[in-house]
Amino acid sequence: MLKRLLVALALCASPALAVEEEVVLGLSQDRVAITANFDGSEILVFGAVKREAPIPSGPPLEVIVAVSGPSSPVTVRRKERKLGIWVNTDSVLVDEAPSFYAVATSAPLNEILSDIEDLRYSVSIERAIRSVGAAMNIRGAQEFADAVIRIREHESLYSIREDTVAVDEQTLFRTSIEMPADLTEGDYVARIFLTRGGSVVSQFETTIDVRKVGLERFLYNMSRQQPVWYGLMSLVIAIAAGWGASTAFRLLRE
Amino acid sequence: MQIYLPIAEVSVNAFLLLGLGGMVGILSGMFGVGGGFLMTPLLFFIGIPPAVAVATEANQIVASSFSGVLAHFRRKTVDLRMGTVLLIGGLIGAALGVVIFNYLKSLGQVDLLVTLCYVVFLGVVGGLMFIESLNALRKSKKGVSAPPKRRQRGWVHAMPFKMRFRTSGLYISVIPPALVGLFVGVLSAIMGVGGGFIMVPAMIYLLGMPTKVVVGTSLFQIIFVTAFTTMLHATTNFTVDVVLAVLLLVGGVIGAQIGTVIGARMPAEQLRVLLAALVLAVCGKLALDLLIEPSELFSLGTGGGH
Repeated sequence: MLKRLLVALALCASPALAVEEEVVLGLSQDRVAITANFDGSEILVFGAVKREAPIPSGPPLEVIVAVSGPSSPVTVRRKERKLGIWVNTDSVLVDEAPSFYAVATSAPLNEILSDIEDLRYSVSIERAIRSVGAAMNIRGAQEFADAVIRIREHESLYSIREDTVAVDEQTLFRTSIEMPADLTEGDYVARIFLTRGGSVVSQFETTIDVRKVGLERFLYNMSRQQPVWYGLMSLVIAIAAGWGASTAFRLLRE
Repeated sequence: MQIYLPIAEVSVNAFLLLGLGGMVGILSGMFGVGGGFLMTPLLFFIGIPPAVAVATEANQIVASSFSGVLAHFRRKTVDLRMGTVLLIGGLIGAALGVVIFNYLKSLGQVDLLVTLCYVVFLGVVGGLMFIESLNALRKSKKGVSAPPKRRQRGWVHAMPFKMRFRTSGLYISVIPPALVGLFVGVLSAIMGVGGGFIMVPAMIYLLGMPTKVVVGTSLFQIIFVTAFTTMLHATTNFTVDVVLAVLLLVGGVIGAQIGTVIGARMPAEQLRVLLAALVLAVCGKLALDLLIEPSELFSLGTGGGH
């Protein structure tokens, strides 16, 4: 009886503990419009820690900001030399890999987030990629997951920038997340974690809407929904442009 | 000025695309070739996904051939009957090519197929052209200009289904031109080229067509086959990027006009040697990519490759 009461108490206590420090967040923009001359975007993430009680003593408050793009399965292929030329041979399907993933932290990630918490919240880039179904018969399935990270880091789609979140008086924080020009559209999730001594004390989540707009939107939708008309339109536009340009040039020369 | 391509989903510099279009346009104007065989590999190099590059290039070729064929219609140098036979073969070939393309795409081998096709065809055509034009150059230096003898009484004339092609002055079986068309159609779908660089020599040497109708007739066939290829890619792969096509085209058309002027001022033999060298250079670059160990052994593809 007493035991059960204690368990119940503990269950009540833990969420109460979690809301002791709460995130109040602001974003410089909660939507990114991909226009024809879209050249990347920088989103300012800033906020404050709301608390009823005085600042707890002990390890200082640290902040982690993680922004991830829509996830999709990715086929990773490895090249091998066959008959003197390099060809794709083995392939592994990585179940879920975000199209974009950026982490900004207020201190080195492994110091402010324990492995267990990382596993629970999937914060680091390695954890954000899931390859549960990776075939075991292919040697070094981990190599394939590493390749996804390496290639996407090279294309600045994945990044981890430590010590880039500024925290003032354990209350105010701010950082900026750079988004490259080659973005895919979708709902991007921004997660903010407050940690103390390696464990997460509070978490906040919001979405950033990344959408093609205007002409980009129109052409993309048309190419998927009315492919026949899109194809015909492409031909007509291309022929008109080519014919127009050559006629204009001929008139210019005369 | 960066521009975001809606279908390719990459952001590239608009002036780079105009410049590429212009450069290839100058070469195509100088040499009288379509330039697809140069443009598609260049698009790979600047980071356009291969599937988008091939499909979009087909779209661009339709447009750049269109103004060319109008000029040939005015001069009455298009053999419509021969063009139609080539076209029927071409349409079947293009459909076949897209099926092969999509099948290999699902296997993850489409890049290899495209590169191999380029290496083989550019190597063969470039090599033959190089040898032939060097010989011509040597002869013209000696001052002996022997007209090339055309042997037309080969196996081409022993086949059934003969038809009279008035404009070309030929009475031959429809099978060889249909096969040439079919072959070019497959290449057009897989490589994103018009296929003029295969078709023109085949029409002259294999079918024995007079040189003056060859270019117009091949352009006539190319327009319809590449238009068909564009439609197939647009409806099955959704990979035709009209913004990319228009940018390349505007640069290309202007470049072609400049190229024509330059080409008219240079001796034909030297032009051919230059073109052959260019074709071999592209071929060599692509071959090296296959032979040398790449710095990144892994590549990413969209999921669900079954």
